[in-house]
Amino acid sequence: MYKSSLKQTLKDLDTKKISIRELNQDYLNRIKENENLNVFIHFSEDNVLKQIDNLENDNSAKKLKGIPIAIKDLFCTKSMPTTAASKILENFNPTYESFVTQKLLDEGSIFVGKTNLDEFAMGSATNTSFFGNTINPLSKENEPLAPGGSSGGSAAAVAADLCLGATGTDTGGSIRQPASFCGVVGIKPTYGLCSRWGIAAFASSLDQAGIFSHNVEDASILLQSIAGFDQRDSTSAKVDIPNYFENLDDDLNGKTVGIPKEYSIDGTPMEISQIWEDAIKVLEKKGVKIKNISLPHSKYALPTYYIIAPAEASSNLARYDGVKYGFRSDEIDSLDEMYENTRAQGFGREVKRRILIGTYVLSAGYYDAYYLKAQKVRKLIADDFNKAFKECDFIVTPTAPSAAFPLNEKQNDPIKMYLNDVFTVPASLAGLPGISIPFGKDKNNLPLGIQILGKHFDEQQVFNAAVSLERSYE
Amino acid sequence: MNNLIKGEKHDWEMVIGLEIHAQVKSNSKLFSSSSTKFGSLPNSQVSLVDAAMPGMLPVINKYCVEQAVKTGVGLNAKINNYSVFDRKNYFYADLPQGYQISQYKYPIVGEGKVTIDFKDGTSKDIRIVRLHLEQDAGKSLHDQNPSKTYVDLNRSGVALMEIVSEPDIRTPDEAGMYISKIRSILMYLDTCDGNMQEGSLRADVNISVRKPGDEYGTRCEIKNLNSIKFIKQAINYEAKRQIEILESGGSIEQNTMLFNTSTGKTRPMRNKEEAHDYRYFPDPDLLPLEISKEEIGKIKSSIPGLPDELKNKFIETYKLSNYDASVLTAEKQTSDYFNETINSDSELKNHAKIVVNWITSELFSLLNKNNQDLNKSPVSPENLGQLIKLISTNEISGKIAKDVLEDMFSSGKTARQIVDEKGLQQVTDQGEIAKVIDEVIAENPKMVEQYLAGKDKLLGFFVGQAMKLTKGKANPKMLNDILKQKLNKKN
Repeated sequence: MYKSSLKQTLKDLDTKKISIRELNQDYLNRIKENENLNVFIHFSEDNVLKQIDNLENDNSAKKLKGIPIAIKDLFCTKSMPTTAASKILENFNPTYESFVTQKLLDEGSIFVGKTNLDEFAMGSATNTSFFGNTINPLSKENEPLAPGGSSGGSAAAVAADLCLGATGTDTGGSIRQPASFCGVVGIKPTYGLCSRWGIAAFASSLDQAGIFSHNVEDASILLQSIAGFDQRDSTSAKVDIPNYFENLDDDLNGKTVGIPKEYSIDGTPMEISQIWEDAIKVLEKKGVKIKNISLPHSKYALPTYYIIAPAEASSNLARYDGVKYGFRSDEIDSLDEMYENTRAQGFGREVKRRILIGTYVLSAGYYDAYYLKAQKVRKLIADDFNKAFKECDFIVTPTAPSAAFPLNEKQNDPIKMYLNDVFTVPASLAGLPGISIPFGKDKNNLPLGIQILGKHFDEQQVFNAAVSLERSYE
Repeated sequence: MNNLIKGEKHDWEMVIGLEIHAQVKSNSKLFSSSSTKFGSLPNSQVSLVDAAMPGMLPVINKYCVEQAVKTGVGLNAKINNYSVFDRKNYFYADLPQGYQISQYKYPIVGEGKVTIDFKDGTSKDIRIVRLHLEQDAGKSLHDQNPSKTYVDLNRSGVALMEIVSEPDIRTPDEAGMYISKIRSILMYLDTCDGNMQEGSLRADVNISVRKPGDEYGTRCEIKNLNSIKFIKQAINYEAKRQIEILESGGSIEQNTMLFNTSTGKTRPMRNKEEAHDYRYFPDPDLLPLEISKEEIGKIKSSIPGLPDELKNKFIETYKLSNYDASVLTAEKQTSDYFNETINSDSELKNHAKIVVNWITSELFSLLNKNNQDLNKSPVSPENLGQLIKLISTNEISGKIAKDVLEDMFSSGKTARQIVDEKGLQQVTDQGEIAKVIDEVIAENPKMVEQYLAGKDKLLGFFVGQAMKLTKGKANPKMLNDILKQKLNKKN
């Protein structure tokens, strides 16, 4: 069965080494073989075959023509239902296509299916989905591992070679952490680089679409395809999108990397500190200046995030009320009961927990102490980064505080689960681009990730540093 | 001026503040491109954004922002270069997002004032606290099905300006004048169509009562009143209700009230404890709204004459009273009509007061009687001008002119046509008038005797008889003069 990188596949398609049909048939077969991983919420072979038929009759040149791509089920798609992994949107069929997926369709890619996620992207293990857990493809037989989350389905789809790339969304680490857990590349670009139009909202000021891929080159190709200004999203940025792939440059000689001391956290496993040091050494060898930097407010990032994100979520999810679309409870005797029962039955535990937290921190008498303060701290965190980036070109840290953990671990301890985001959340709050690349393994031979952060809209530098580290590691 | 109302035990003063919701005149909604046309089929003007579909995002309609800035200028208010859209969170079936996008801490328009003019020539300023932009909700239809409520989202997302006054209003009449004035300003600026029946302009009334000189009392808010008549009724009822409670030793609960238009009574909708916690916070889907001084300047310069400017111009140019001028400028169509009338003939400028009277009393009463709008008046300003010219040049009398106007109104003919066809020209020929007077004197010798004996009042009788004979066409002044002359000669 055909298995390769996106870049190589494009060449093979171009040289007719393989046809679009043959290629996608192999990926279809592998998807069917791996059903046990529960990667997809929606998968329809007929739908994929139909797309192949259409492309075979299409003579125009397209950048991603025939490339199988998996879509996180938070992106609204016309050809497939969109659930956000929630019962409340079970059987919801959008009449519209999200900005990001439309761009991929315009480039000629084939959507193999909609991938599993934590319900409304709230989670770090893809275990809050109404449609069940996704299993990390790297699991040993008797010990199923979590793929990370919330974009665990997309990370697993790439890791198990069920597609050549996948979309994800990252609010506090939902692309970078599962990429690290599944041993793939995952990039969350600068807030505003990709339009949020058509992505079911979790926390609007943090949500950002991004890419999973097998390697940095592939990520650079795919990110360019989904980036761009969209007037339908007021927070979308009017910036020129460079050709990241063409501009890739692994020569980092003369650049400066920032190493934030606050990311050395007590209790971080040795192996993780080790790969971080290894990465720094590699960079040093490449002529990169090492600069110790301080991001003093990073330690407040996690609590800040867990105030702002739930606050926005509590409001964003108010639209799921049983009135217009989606699930509506049968047990209704009044309007209030319709809301109460629909939302009680339609949302899962974690979503409800966050709606409650968000409602609490916004409520009269608490707003100043929580939400307003969190906004101020968020500003300080962003200022820290701005200051640090005056002295360095990019920042390198670990992606997550652990390798993939067993599926059932941390199920009942939300705080422990939230700690997964400790390294990813600060950049989310600052709106900065970040990538996770596989870099080393733990003692159980599970992949670990290194995170590279860049300046606003300096995805090119992030890619350059990532490709340089990746090539030296291989 | 005594604004106090008598209770059983004390005199009381009302303290009233208004929150006016004015629908922005705009073809599309505040954050979507759907049409705002009134009266379309239910749910035919609903975009994905208006229906709050997953992943849909609001995009500000710049035209609505301009309209709000314009209105702010009309309210003599401070325009804020920086304002923020917030989410006001609450659940209701006709609120698809589960929140209303509004402005809370940083409104687009700050403090301003409007002036209301009283009949006695005095006037009063009502201060404006703020104006902010917000989305309207949809409509819940409870009368379509015995067991179900239907929702029409056509109105969902339509732009509203909420104009909040200070509690400077003291009487129901002032409240009525204030909302009329706001309506007038909005219509001059063309930022709201002012149609209260269709709900384009509605108000929440905050009212409390106090003994004169005391601190403000506890207020109640009466929601969603859509006519000046109802506003006055509701205030009167609510003030009486509060006074009764206070005079019998009770205290006012801070309630939100509804006004029943058929009973004329208010009733509580919810009390303070049941009040929503709206959990306002800045809408993360929208950037703060920034308007440069240049943009504000540009909008300012595009603004047509405002009612108060026009009022002062009328007073200065035509020597009209403050009250006459304020009546003329209360509605743009009235001042437009006046302008066209008075400019239709250079002579009329010297008879401005007559022009005002003919528009605001004679023409208005005909329009009222026929339930017609000045916009669609069958009598054009030019024709009315012609009629007034006929009066001012003594061609016809004022009395006959009233009949002529009625004829013009129903037939659409010009004043000249009617006067010529019916031969209504005033008789100004001395000889002709004298001839008629001689006739009257000859026919009523007894009356003449009585008159000469000192019964002066009988002069009217002779005038009446002479008018009758001339079919009202005799010039009244000449008739009077000649009559007196002739009668006195008899002496």
